Amino acid sequence: MTRLAIDAVVATIAVPAVAALILSLMPSWRLASRINILASLLTVIASAFLLLHRPAPTSLFLIDDLNIVFLLLNSFVGFTTSVFSASYIAHELDTGHLTPRYLRFYHAMYQVMMVGMNLALVTNNLGLMWFGVELATLSTVMMVGIYRTPASIEASWKYLILGSVGIALALFGTILIYLAAKPVLGTGMGAMQWTNLLRHAAALDPAMLNVGFVFLLIGYGTKAGLVPMHAWLPDAHAEGPTPISAVLSGLLLNVALYTILRFKVLLAGSAATIEPGILMASAGLVSLFFAAIMLYRRRDIKRMFAYSSIEHMGIIAFAFGIGGPLGNIAGLLQMMMHSLTKSAIFFSVGHVAQAKDTQKITEIRGLTTSHPLLGWTLVAGVAAIAGLPPFGIFTSEFLLITSTFARAPILAVLLGFGILLAFGALLIRMTALCFGQPSSGSNAITASSVPIFLHLGIVLLIGLALPAFLYDWFAHVATLLG
Amino acid sequence: MTSTIAALISPATSLSVAHVLAGSLILVSFMMLYQDRLSSVINVLALHAAVLGLAVGWQAYIQGAPELYITAALALGFKAVVIPLALHRIVERLGIHREVEAVGGISLTMLAGIGLVALSMMVMLRTAAHADALAREDVALALSVILLGLLMMVTRRNAVSQIAGFMSLENGLILAAAGAQGMPLVVEISVAFSILIAFIVIGVFLFRIRERFDTVDSAALDAFRGELQ
Repeated sequence: MTRLAIDAVVATIAVPAVAALILSLMPSWRLASRINILASLLTVIASAFLLLHRPAPTSLFLIDDLNIVFLLLNSFVGFTTSVFSASYIAHELDTGHLTPRYLRFYHAMYQVMMVGMNLALVTNNLGLMWFGVELATLSTVMMVGIYRTPASIEASWKYLILGSVGIALALFGTILIYLAAKPVLGTGMGAMQWTNLLRHAAALDPAMLNVGFVFLLIGYGTKAGLVPMHAWLPDAHAEGPTPISAVLSGLLLNVALYTILRFKVLLAGSAATIEPGILMASAGLVSLFFAAIMLYRRRDIKRMFAYSSIEHMGIIAFAFGIGGPLGNIAGLLQMMMHSLTKSAIFFSVGHVAQAKDTQKITEIRGLTTSHPLLGWTLVAGVAAIAGLPPFGIFTSEFLLITSTFARAPILAVLLGFGILLAFGALLIRMTALCFGQPSSGSNAITASSVPIFLHLGIVLLIGLALPAFLYDWFAHVATLLG
Repeated sequence: MTSTIAALISPATSLSVAHVLAGSLILVSFMMLYQDRLSSVINVLALHAAVLGLAVGWQAYIQGAPELYITAALALGFKAVVIPLALHRIVERLGIHREVEAVGGISLTMLAGIGLVALSMMVMLRTAAHADALAREDVALALSVILLGLLMMVTRRNAVSQIAGFMSLENGLILAAAGAQGMPLVVEISVAFSILIAFIVIGVFLFRIRERFDTVDSAALDAFRGELQ
């Protein structure tokens, strides 16, 4: 069984890698989109298998309670997005936005991105983790620029440059962590392994860990969209194809956050280091406020939801920064709920943009009248993301605010104010988009809404009653995070 | 054979040579900051990569780490020759020979650069007080090169000078990685970065990106982003 479990870990990387190879040679886009779905489904199965049978850590792979949450969420949203993508690109092809040749490239890159993200999640090695994040960044850069319009090229250029600087700084942080570990663990691979580092965390050079963490927070924080390194994020979300906006928000930001969390655990293991939580909580709070204010000025629907992602990343970073059992549970729950909700929103926004041929908020009106199904799912999605009950985000934000109140009332007030600020902006835009006199010009939408219902359904269920096993699991992970 | 020669060189000498090479990298970074023509920026970049190649080669030699010679060769061949040639070609094709101006002016940029070097020395020498001498000073010098590269990137508008800034930043990283004795995956990482750089250069070439797309005219920017009402 252990053998099989290791195979399953390898499969989470090998399946998308092989699929990428096949897809890059596949001339028929129809078949390619099916293979894309199939490969993503196989990855979900492999990660679900890991949930049941966890292999012992090897020098290359480490599956523990923390990353299995991320891995499962990652492959699941990767799968539903591939289903959404199949119907989305059919429309893009009909309208001439994309050509079959670009689609071949698109599908291959989609799987390369999955390789990168899964590698970063399951590896036991700091260097490979860095490599995985770089791979995921590069593949998404290429997909953001796929429309070849000046705006999309600008977006991907900005993303490439900022992402590269982030990656470079993260590597410098990684080198410093290695230097901190070298006197204790000796030279070579051993000093780059999570399992080794965590076991000897208390003996590592604290000053070096501190400086290393600052670089890692800035570097990977760029990828997580934390203010002030967020500048790439709204452009990349707005100008790329919508399935990519969904995976950027739903997955890539999580992977970046996961890497930061790992390093936070490492620092927590050493008594002499600074409190990494303070840095994360302040970065989170600044991101929350900045994004909440920026939400009011948005005119582009995808750009608006991109700012909402910055807002949520801020809340999540704040939750993990505040830490403690409840803070960490709230952070994990918020992360999961945000991934599912935000990708569902981008799915419906993708349909809306195709139905109305525009992304401008002022030109989209009365969706619930013109496209009832689409309109109401968007209403539900925005209600969920804004933190209204009975959706799961309400649960996690409520948990976060109440647990923060007990420890730092001023921060809790600030947090609550920031969330309300964003809530107001989202509500104003939502009423304009979904209600009132419908705007002219609308194409029929034939695309499948199943992924949207699936995501929002899970968010609703968890909001209504958080299953006991999920809570226990989160509680266990929360103790790991310290 | 190599080991006997290495034995003849005292540890102090090998350390000084490593420092001289790493220090020259900072000097070349400064040279890049005050260039006002694109072609000379590219030439300084080639020099930067060549110095890095020597520094990494020296590290390979004194650490007895033959795999680092690959990284050194990559710096000397790819980054000091191929990329500069490609960049020269881009400048020629896009017709951007004109002078490049630094945001805030040259003297201010140089002053900021001096400040950054002082900062990284202060932070890293104190932080790495317990590390061995080779790693300590190497990391401090490398951080200076990284910060100077960042400075180059934020003070220049032009895409080619931004690439030069990024590459010099990345050279600083490779220097740090090579100096961290026995760090695994250094070669793989330097290859990964070379691919990234090739990517950026090809991107500029294919999409004819001349400028960073930002402008002081915020109305133009808003229109571009679909943010204008």
